[in-house]
Amino acid sequence: MDMNQYLDVFVEESKEHLQSLNTSLLELEKDPNNITVLNEIFRVAHTLKGMAGTMGFSHMTNLTHDMENVLDALRSKRIKADMAVVDILFKCLDALEGYVNEVISTGGEGEQEYKEIIKSLTDILDKSPNTKTQIKKKKAKKKTEDNSIAQNDKELRLNLNIYDKNVILKAIEESMNVFQIHVELDKKCLLKAARAFLIFQTLDKYSEIMKSMPSVEDIEDERFDNSFTVMVITKHDASLFEKELNSVAEVRNVEVVSITEKHTENIIQGEDDEEYLKEEKPDTAASDSMAQAQKTGTIKRLTNKTVRVDIDRLDVLMNLVSELIIIKTRLDDVGTGEKTNDYITALENLERITTSLHDAVMKVRMVPVENVFNRFPRMVRDISKELEKDIVLYMSGEETELDRTVIDEIGEPLIHIIRNSADHGLEKPEERAAKGKSKTGSIWLRAYQDGNNVVIEVEDDGMGIDVEKVRKKIIERGFEEEEAAANMTANEVIGYLFEPNFSTADTVTDLSGRGVGLDVVKTKIEALGGTIELETEFGKGSKTIIRLPLTLAIIQALLVMVGSEKYAIPLSSIREINNIYPDDIKNVRNQEVILLRDMVIPIIRLHDILGVPPEKADQKQLTCVVVKKGDKLSGFIVDSLIGQQEIVIKSLGKLLAGIRCVAGATILGDGNVALIIDVNSIA
Amino acid sequence: MEAEKKQFVVFCLDTEEYGADINKVTIIERSMNITRVPMTPPYIKGVINLRGEIIPVMSLRLKLGLNEIDEDDDTRIIIFNVDNVTFGVIVDSVSEVMQFEDIQIEGVGNIISDKALDYISGVAKAKEKLVTIINLEKLIAELMPA
Repeated sequence: MDMNQYLDVFVEESKEHLQSLNTSLLELEKDPNNITVLNEIFRVAHTLKGMAGTMGFSHMTNLTHDMENVLDALRSKRIKADMAVVDILFKCLDALEGYVNEVISTGGEGEQEYKEIIKSLTDILDKSPNTKTQIKKKKAKKKTEDNSIAQNDKELRLNLNIYDKNVILKAIEESMNVFQIHVELDKKCLLKAARAFLIFQTLDKYSEIMKSMPSVEDIEDERFDNSFTVMVITKHDASLFEKELNSVAEVRNVEVVSITEKHTENIIQGEDDEEYLKEEKPDTAASDSMAQAQKTGTIKRLTNKTVRVDIDRLDVLMNLVSELIIIKTRLDDVGTGEKTNDYITALENLERITTSLHDAVMKVRMVPVENVFNRFPRMVRDISKELEKDIVLYMSGEETELDRTVIDEIGEPLIHIIRNSADHGLEKPEERAAKGKSKTGSIWLRAYQDGNNVVIEVEDDGMGIDVEKVRKKIIERGFEEEEAAANMTANEVIGYLFEPNFSTADTVTDLSGRGVGLDVVKTKIEALGGTIELETEFGKGSKTIIRLPLTLAIIQALLVMVGSEKYAIPLSSIREINNIYPDDIKNVRNQEVILLRDMVIPIIRLHDILGVPPEKADQKQLTCVVVKKGDKLSGFIVDSLIGQQEIVIKSLGKLLAGIRCVAGATILGDGNVALIIDVNSIA
Repeated sequence: MEAEKKQFVVFCLDTEEYGADINKVTIIERSMNITRVPMTPPYIKGVINLRGEIIPVMSLRLKLGLNEIDEDDDTRIIIFNVDNVTFGVIVDSVSEVMQFEDIQIEGVGNIISDKALDYISGVAKAKEKLVTIINLEKLIAELMPA
């Protein structure tokens, strides 16, 4: 059977499930007795098993099957969710991810059987006080104590109550047989529910099923180990059932016990109703939490009603909307002659609708950073174990949204930065205690929107960066001469950390220290059109700030003339516009600056940066556009202002993508191209 | 036996004729307004707006080491698409489409050594004309992101 067409769906859905499994396992670790979470984990493992089975991935199916057994044991409180168990479950999760990755790269699940993990799983089950082999005795013992049913308890598995007793007695009166049939399925049986259904069907043919343990619903949902017990009333005799049921495939053992009056003798009213109630209560408690889980499950499902859409289709949609806006801008210009009121109103309506349309389409491509952030708690947990440090990760702003393409790329740099904090930044608990800090190190991961950018911060309260140590290394490695290095500001020194092959680590660990990481991070982030900065305070901690542009946008921009060329400056970066006199420009340490209401702002002449041949020589007044980059202000000198306009950012294409000062291009109403200035790289 | 015939768009720079694989040609446009882009190699003249798409344009003269001339009515911009990258090339004029069989195209390894050689993948002979076949991939190789 050709399963290839389903591979894509399998991979997509598996990834989602594995992610949810990850989150749930972390929650379970914090709260081992949380039944809702356990059920959620069970449900996911079960779904994964079904999916793997359908695709024919037998190794994956086996692994999830064994996971289910352990999870079931957890659910019924036969074993406790302690550190060892949770660790094994995490290992299972990793193994499953391994299988999915194998599927992604080769289309098959590979040969890995993860025998050690499976062995660990079975070990857990064997060690548990109430394993399957001992269940019979324990259950029976319980019955002796609670149910006060006497000696034949080994045979009687069902908890009978007063109602059952009446039915049994009535049946016996009418010379019908009452049997307790215990069916054990093969351990390797994969579709237990289907098998059980067959058995029920067979039983139905010859008898009336009175009671079953576990309940019929549970059996249908496969919430049972490998065996179940039913009580039936029939005219036929035991041998028929034995024969019929044994002939069903994958049935390992059938036990038919005749229930007689003797068995019912010890069912007393009251005590057993209590017992009945007692039995019901844990059931209802379980079913309550299950209902709650289902409710939250359904609520969750309602809010997550999603459709999978090909990214290419979204791109086409985005382009069409962009074209629409360009044409709308042209309409603005075209009608300059005879603008009647009607025309203006219609145009304004059109403007409103196109803006809404654009926002809606933009939202389609925006994905919350949560998708990237949610794998970090697990990573930090693993790292803190590996390094024997106590680390807690605080996240905020996960709902901040980024374009899909950016989300895909930002994961790796963030992993690297967080690893750096954990490995180099945070000290071991003893060191921290000695310094008077709390033993637990903290890492903060924040995301928020700032103007036209999304800012992601990674902050730690570790030991910060020793600027002097870095300075020494710069001299040592020969990057700068001693004098030059001595004159460098702290920021410039820190900037060197982003150079390739630069590392102050004395030893190279598995995680970091080789000096390859930060420059790769910087390159990646700049490729996305963003910037990265590092702030630090020696002894207190460090903060890495990543700024990413909200790309593919239609933005408000200010059109300016520089020489004879038109350029666009994103309005969100502009703080104010001033007319200044050439005399106002002072020189401080070779940098032109201007005094703006008590602030000293560096001046940047765009002619020089952009290599534009200067047109007018001496001007009486200069136009200065004050732009902001985070908290930093700079003044761009331009020749004249054209006006404010809504523009569509168009990429310059692969060939010219690396150009620094230009963030893209836009097509003006007259069909000409204007370049968009990348404020962040110039300021 | 049918030999492999390939079609080439033949264009001129000065008096020399050059050819490029027709499969890689998207469209040939007349000369239009080119917006200069700062911080680019000198042979990149800038970008144009081709029906809503921004396309970088280079001067083949400058790229091959010839001097620039003023454009005239015959100047054309040939838009190529190579490996999903679209770019334009300014040429003096475009003459025709010619067909060459593989055997008619000779390699140039041992004829001249010139740095322009990188961009030439061969020379085709037809009716006493020599047409230099341009290697388009090499033309944009240094601009392609690593």
